[in-house]
Amino acid sequence: MTRLTRLTLTTFLSAGLAASAVAQETHPETGDTLAADQTFTYRILDNISSIDPQIVEDTDGSDVVRDLFEGLLNQDENGELVPGVATDWEVSDDKMTYTFHLRDDAKWSNGDPVTAGDFVYAWRRAADPATASPYQWFISLMSLENGDAVVAGGMAPEELGVEAIDDTTLEVRLTSPLPYFPQMVVHSTTFPSPQSVIEEHGSAWTSPENFVGNGAYVLTEMNPGESIVREKNDQYWDAENVILDKSVALIINDENVALTRYRAGELDMTDIPAGQFPRLRDEYGEEAHSFPKLCNYYYTFNLSESGPEAFKDPNVRKALALAVDRDIIVNNVMAGGQPPAYVFTPEATAGFNAPETEMAGMTQAERDAKAKELLAEAGFGEDNPLSFDMVYNTSEAHQKVAVVLSQMWKQKLGVEAQLSNMEWKVFLEERGNQNFELARGAWCGDYNEASTFLDLLQSDSGYNDGKYSNAEYDQLLEDALTAEDTAPLYTRAEEILAADMPVIPLYHYAGVYMIDDSLKNFPVNNIQFNWYSKDLYKAAE
Amino acid sequence: MLIYIIRRLLVAIPTIALLVIAAFCMMHLAPGGPFTSERPLPPDVLANIEARYGLDQPLWKQLWDYFVNIVLHFDFGPSFVYKDRDVNDIIATGFPISLTYGSLAFLAATLVGVALGIAAAIRHNTWIDYFAVSLGIAAQALPNFIMGPILILTFTLWLGWLPGGGWNGGQWQYLIMPVIALSTSYMGSIARITRSSMLEVMNANFIRTARAKGLPQRSIIWRHAMKPTLLPVVSYLGPVFVYVLTGSVFVDLYFSTGGLGQAYVNSALTRDYAVLLGVTILYGALTVIVNLLTDLAYAWFDPKIRY
Repeated sequence: MTRLTRLTLTTFLSAGLAASAVAQETHPETGDTLAADQTFTYRILDNISSIDPQIVEDTDGSDVVRDLFEGLLNQDENGELVPGVATDWEVSDDKMTYTFHLRDDAKWSNGDPVTAGDFVYAWRRAADPATASPYQWFISLMSLENGDAVVAGGMAPEELGVEAIDDTTLEVRLTSPLPYFPQMVVHSTTFPSPQSVIEEHGSAWTSPENFVGNGAYVLTEMNPGESIVREKNDQYWDAENVILDKSVALIINDENVALTRYRAGELDMTDIPAGQFPRLRDEYGEEAHSFPKLCNYYYTFNLSESGPEAFKDPNVRKALALAVDRDIIVNNVMAGGQPPAYVFTPEATAGFNAPETEMAGMTQAERDAKAKELLAEAGFGEDNPLSFDMVYNTSEAHQKVAVVLSQMWKQKLGVEAQLSNMEWKVFLEERGNQNFELARGAWCGDYNEASTFLDLLQSDSGYNDGKYSNAEYDQLLEDALTAEDTAPLYTRAEEILAADMPVIPLYHYAGVYMIDDSLKNFPVNNIQFNWYSKDLYKAAE
Repeated sequence: MLIYIIRRLLVAIPTIALLVIAAFCMMHLAPGGPFTSERPLPPDVLANIEARYGLDQPLWKQLWDYFVNIVLHFDFGPSFVYKDRDVNDIIATGFPISLTYGSLAFLAATLVGVALGIAAAIRHNTWIDYFAVSLGIAAQALPNFIMGPILILTFTLWLGWLPGGGWNGGQWQYLIMPVIALSTSYMGSIARITRSSMLEVMNANFIRTARAKGLPQRSIIWRHAMKPTLLPVVSYLGPVFVYVLTGSVFVDLYFSTGGLGQAYVNSALTRDYAVLLGVTILYGALTVIVNLLTDLAYAWFDPKIRY
């Protein structure tokens, strides 16, 4: 045996030994035997908008950014706040000044320390009109001092109410006492960004060769239309407790193809296409998951001048809402464990107590009878049938729901609803300009608090496409901004919605996914679906 | 000949400019814009963003700046949707991928299609003919959005031979399914055209003369029948080459190849104006060049054609 082969053989042997040593490792808490290959592969629909924390605007992109950067606070598997770069915080008596204490061992992936100044730089950058961030409005939403003026360009970004007292102390000043402010610093817009790197490389700083982050992972590959790869960052302050070595997002546009690739073992996690959950549940059992998500699905009436006269009558709106058999929609059309909705805000939202609405308490037969009665009162019947147009954005699932709705109304109430679909951008434009009668709507919460939904129906909300307006409702939400206990206010607001019925809530979303048995710790109980690769691990099969 | 080529290329410049103007106008006529979103941006924020991308300028100025940037800096502008990337970068990463699997699919379609067509024609009304014709029709009838999932089911899930998608720098395992899916329907058409063209040529007078001279079958086919047979095939191949590259959206969709087709369709859906225009120019230029090459190929195949 030559020296070279002996050397190679030894290398192979020791590599083999090392591999088996890894394979025998166990998880410190659960005691599961860890798989030798700690790579998590999952499917995303499309390219992500950016990996720049101040620019990214899509959820898939935010998932990636949450691995590459770490903000002041993180969420645990239940969505509760846990320390991130900040170890703890204090709030002043007037609840307008927050002081965050940062850990001194947090590092960027190039070895530089993460300081309070990095947060100040990032927040100013997000607010600065020159950055042109599509999430610039988040700064306004956070009620930061001078936030609106900076965003509008009337004030220099340096005037923003955020300050580094020293390297590990960050002070934030608000214009109103936001009860859910700490929840907002979990959002990617508030993550720090590396000033020196951005100044050196300009917009090219996000490419893998220039990339510097402070998260548990660094970006190693970015293949548009194909994949995004991030690998463990050894500089991360808690790197020794990070088990997963690699997180790979595969861009697969067609969800059925993704499901096939999951079944072939190429993916650890993928979306379940609408209607296929029961079949997959039978076939795969516990691998098919359904869990509540912080999103709603509804139809909105056009209550503005351009809307039909009939919809101005609350009885007509209520009749249409009552006649919808939501159980058929969730069980037979979506079939993914979505909860039926009788209120606007998802019931799983933190600190929200849904009111006992009349509609929720009735049987469907009672609802149908009541609907007929209300519609007759409003003057519509067989000789004078109600007729309107309803519009949804092009998608197979939305089409199914719309067809079922129109059939229910036709059969139960003799109502003629003409369906039309529009491509997404056209749909948004038409709905935003009140060129519709009844339109589909949906919203996913930006933070886990009822106002993220209820704000949408405030008179002056940019999202209030139906132009619903109720002074008491507006006042309640105004009061909630400063109230000690917001829950009763939100419950009352929902009662007003139930009485006025400006929208027809249909169901609340569920996350419907195939998740491989070997993938552990995926936070299915985090209703915002904020997950961190650093908390996951793969168990040996 | 050289003058002809130069003249054709000069004509191409105004053609592409017109194409850009038409695309630009259609794009701006479509409702919605790149920054139309579910939560409408506050007016101040929208104004900041539009100013950043020059969308606050009058349309004629936007179009003019666009041309100036291309001519002076060869800069096709930033993507409005993928904020980390610009159009040059999107084309530079996507086009080589589309070109690779597109050319391979084109080659496969042409070689197999022509071979099938010729085999069918010279063994007219035998089992070879029937086999080739039915294969051709099947390949043509099966839309590629059905081919894609069927291939993945077969080779990835059931047989486990090939990866279900991805590119990986163009390794051969990742190329097989995209190339098959993209080439089959063209293969069918090429086989059909070749077969009928060959049948016609084999009945022509000059072939009868060649037979009367006692030339062997092989030499009749290769020396005399081949060129005239391929003439209609060539006129079909020109556009096919462009289709294979531009029509590859479904390959990108089903096989996650990362080519330009998906970027193109997405840019229209998301109103990513700069990407849409950039790729339109690329496809326009490609069409002009391929058409010119096709016309030049005519002259070689048919000596009666002179430029």
